[in-house]
Amino acid sequence: MKDEIIYLDSAASSQMDKEVFEAMKPYMLDNFAVATSDFAYSMGVEAKEALNDARERIADKLGASADEFIFTSCATESSNLALKGVAEKLSEEGNHIIVSDIEDFPVLNTAKALEKKGFEVTYLDVDGEGFVDLDMLEESIGEDTILVSIQHGNQEIGTLQDIEKIAEICDENDVLYHTDATHTFGRVPIDVNEISVDLITVSAHTIHGPRGIGGLYIREGTPLKKQMDGGFQENNLRAGVENIPAAIGFAKALDLIDEEENERVRRLRDKLIEGIMNEVPDVMLNGPEEKRTPQNANITFHYVEGESITLHLDMRGIAVSTGSACFSKSLEASHVIMGIGGDHERAHGSVRFTFGRFNSEDQVEEVVEATSDIIRKLRDISPLGEEEEE
Amino acid sequence: MENTPYTEKVIEYFQNPKNVGEIEDPDGYAKEGSPACGDMVSLFIKVHDDTHEITDIKFKSYGCASNIATGSIITEMAKGKTIEEAKKITWQQAAEELGGLPDLKTHCSVLAVDALREAIRNYEERHGIGEEQKETTVEVVKERLKHVMNPMTGVDVIQTDLIHDIEVEDGKISIEVDLEEDHQFASAVKEDIKEKLEPRWDVKEVNVNFVGD
Repeated sequence: MKDEIIYLDSAASSQMDKEVFEAMKPYMLDNFAVATSDFAYSMGVEAKEALNDARERIADKLGASADEFIFTSCATESSNLALKGVAEKLSEEGNHIIVSDIEDFPVLNTAKALEKKGFEVTYLDVDGEGFVDLDMLEESIGEDTILVSIQHGNQEIGTLQDIEKIAEICDENDVLYHTDATHTFGRVPIDVNEISVDLITVSAHTIHGPRGIGGLYIREGTPLKKQMDGGFQENNLRAGVENIPAAIGFAKALDLIDEEENERVRRLRDKLIEGIMNEVPDVMLNGPEEKRTPQNANITFHYVEGESITLHLDMRGIAVSTGSACFSKSLEASHVIMGIGGDHERAHGSVRFTFGRFNSEDQVEEVVEATSDIIRKLRDISPLGEEEEE
Repeated sequence: MENTPYTEKVIEYFQNPKNVGEIEDPDGYAKEGSPACGDMVSLFIKVHDDTHEITDIKFKSYGCASNIATGSIITEMAKGKTIEEAKKITWQQAAEELGGLPDLKTHCSVLAVDALREAIRNYEERHGIGEEQKETTVEVVKERLKHVMNPMTGVDVIQTDLIHDIEVEDGKISIEVDLEEDHQFASAVKEDIKEKLEPRWDVKEVNVNFVGD
């Protein structure tokens, strides 16, 4: 990556830390064995130990034991395994699943796939800030409900759901609870001893770890049908040769994050929001002010279209993303912004800025200045919003 | 930058669009698209009374790079041409001038070409020339309403059955729209309908009523 690039799209994928890469290297070049049994050759035993050490460190972050955590290829695979695994295992007991309206695609589209197979799915509405209504959740749970899947932090607008309460409701109603923590793991603490969640999807790529590695926390005793058939790896829940260097990189990435960094990321994020709110008129923050992931800002710039904003920013070396239909391959506007009651115009003009370890205060200042300049230019040529200006 | 799906020329026009702005007291005016579909273009022309040459042309865009670039190139191509010549400018020609556009962006760029044709039509309607000499009938109104977007879907109000009834009598047009009076898009739809019909030479009055429940 070029030095001069200001990267504010860490929710999509973050820059890998060099220390992570260094930790992975020996297991790419020197030790290339699979994780073998204790009775095999020493390189394989060493590989197995390294894999399980990584597993233990990650599980520990969740307050879980190592045998409650398996590695997968990514968060998408984890959520597929969680939803399909539970649904298929418990199909005799019930066929109803509950998800929120603003889940990321791994959960949303897995739920839709299960719907096609005959499962019944409730898509819960969220309020204007993206929060699930807990009473509505409770009312939606019926005799046939087997699983609730509601994310921890939202991918676009950062809303942090009250997963403790959601888990409590699920527990009281004897329903399993899965949460997609792709955008919170490492950034917002979760302790499975305090929160009665049964399954948690996590990923390394959002926290300066490598891509191609995810994980799933599975509370002991949770019924789950294996989706990837083959060997007996990962507690016989996920076949395939383990990606040991990536697993080690995942654990290292987690080791490198601490509360101080999260606080620093939050301050940068707040500085950006404050800067834009002060410099640019007719903007609105999407998502809640307080209960949001520390790295996320999402702002709608009225009267202008997001693809034009991101392209202009890109030409100044700044990488962000937008909920505009024009930006997406499907030409569909963000289902999250529409889900919180926004109209097309609000989605088209929305820009997501997501922060990470390598961002600085200087960068934030530069981004505020560039954004303000670009928005002014685009509004000059926009036919919208003139009445308001006069 | 070299990794965008756009040609250098598109990027150049996107960064430095030509003929941006409005013309006060234009001879022809059009607004195509709506914020709902993500793109909107307004276009203004000045036309010479005798030669029918487009002497000045300006546009404004709410849209993506291909929308802005097409608006820019189309105004350059039309300037100095007669309205008959300008009408023949196609989207393909505009795209060719720009060195090509991504397939996915056809919709956003066609809008600018539509806006040019609509602005010319608007001029003809006001002056009762060309095809627009014909009398305004229910059929003509329907045709015109195909250029009014249903903001909820991004598809026009005729295709989406938003128009409940159309009556034309002595230059008075009454249109019933299947929306509630206080619907968030009601006033936008009303304004759009009036804009498309009021300029016609034989239209004296346009009444839009909301009959949704």
